[in-house]
Amino acid sequence: MTESTSAEQFGSSRVKRGFAEMLKGGVIMDVVTAAQARIAEDAGAVAVMALERVPADIRSQGGVARMSDPDLIDSIIAEVNIPVMAKARIGHFVEAQILEVLGVDYIDESEVLSPADYVNHIDKWNFTIPFVCGATNLGEALRRINEGAAMIRSKGEAGTGDVSEATKHIRTINGEIKRLSSMSRDELYVAAKELQAPYELVAEIAATGKLPVVLFTAGGVATPADAAMMMQLGADGVFVGSGIFKSGNPEQRAAAIVKAVTFYDDAKVIADVSRGLGEAMVGINVSDIAEPHRLATRGW
Amino acid sequence: MGTRPAEIAVPARLRVGVLALQGDFREHAQVLRELGVNVALVRRPEELDQIDGLVIPGGESSVMDKLARTFGLAEPLRAAIRGGLPVYGTCAGLIMLADTILDGMDGQQGLGGLDIAVRRNAFGSQTASFETDLDIPALGDQPVHAVFIRAPVVETVGPKATALAALADGRCVAVQQGNLLGTSFHPEITGEYRFHEYFLQKLIAAAR
Repeated sequence: MTESTSAEQFGSSRVKRGFAEMLKGGVIMDVVTAAQARIAEDAGAVAVMALERVPADIRSQGGVARMSDPDLIDSIIAEVNIPVMAKARIGHFVEAQILEVLGVDYIDESEVLSPADYVNHIDKWNFTIPFVCGATNLGEALRRINEGAAMIRSKGEAGTGDVSEATKHIRTINGEIKRLSSMSRDELYVAAKELQAPYELVAEIAATGKLPVVLFTAGGVATPADAAMMMQLGADGVFVGSGIFKSGNPEQRAAAIVKAVTFYDDAKVIADVSRGLGEAMVGINVSDIAEPHRLATRGW
Repeated sequence: MGTRPAEIAVPARLRVGVLALQGDFREHAQVLRELGVNVALVRRPEELDQIDGLVIPGGESSVMDKLARTFGLAEPLRAAIRGGLPVYGTCAGLIMLADTILDGMDGQQGLGGLDIAVRRNAFGSQTASFETDLDIPALGDQPVHAVFIRAPVVETVGPKATALAALADGRCVAVQQGNLLGTSFHPEITGEYRFHEYFLQKLIAAAR
């Protein structure tokens, strides 16, 4: 046995994207207190998302939603052993700087918070910490990856418990990837223009048939069946926001969703874990939300 | 970057399982397929009967532990490892194979097998994750490019286990013991085939 002599490299794309690879097949749960983080970890969450209010409350209470208090984030980091993610406002690079020094593992540049910049997203290449960003379609996903996002989550419509937008976004992204795979090079130049994304990324996806980063689904997942459907539609994993702690029995529902994601293609397991979970979050139909109040339209 | 797969004569009947409860199991399955191996994803106890060896991927060890126990895989896996099943674990997989887990969750149980004490998440938060080159003579002259992601380190190597690689500061990051192999890092995401080849050689010898 000999020892290594070469330098260590931190914050490379491979290290950032590789971390998301390790989260695959897992459930990332929104938590607003250390006690909820404990429940999430005990239920088998692969990571927790620390925030001040779950999207359902942001939606009902209104006002400007910002990065959480550092004390809250510290208390959640202290409580759990699994990775901790936290949200920064779109374009708010100082909130991101703060989250990085707090020792968070991943930053979500999230449309669930009020945007801080209606033109620019954060230049994520400037950071050692990796970022996940939301997307409703392939062009948006590629623009985020071009800015340095190391993981993408389809947006859905957060805080609703209505999975229809999550379904639409994952289907859209995967459908657009499939279309690229069948295109010739002259068509790819036009596709890049139409997607408003760099040609090199478009060509890479056409060749590999998949995004160069991990793709999770979010926004409206409330039941084990919802989570399993996202996996069957091609998601690498699932974010559950309000769906757990706005339900009647968070411990049991959280554990059930974890199992449903692992056995996403086994209806018998999904049926078993769906029994006796108590009330799911009440929810709002996305169609009842006026366009200006939809979160998925934030980010461009 | 990375190495080409070597020519290994893999018997056609050989089947290698990849534990598919959570983590980057598809990447391991892909590397094994490129080496010409029949791969089976393993999530249920009965799926253990069909395999000649097992890879435990990277991921969250506490989640794998919970799911393995809930779905009745943990006990049969422990028995299979005691019975000589060749197993290769990366990162979370190394933690699962350790006889002693330091800084684990309350109640976290590994599968055991390697006479080592492993410290979970030994480097700190994700900003301390890194990539580097390791010299590993057992795998040849060309260094191994290794990616460490919230990685564990082997803090104590017991008399039955052998260290295979260390960081510049001397901390052990790869071990073997009989048919068991474990690394703190992730050859499956860097185009590095030599660890899987090394494991397959153990496995082919054991299957004879």
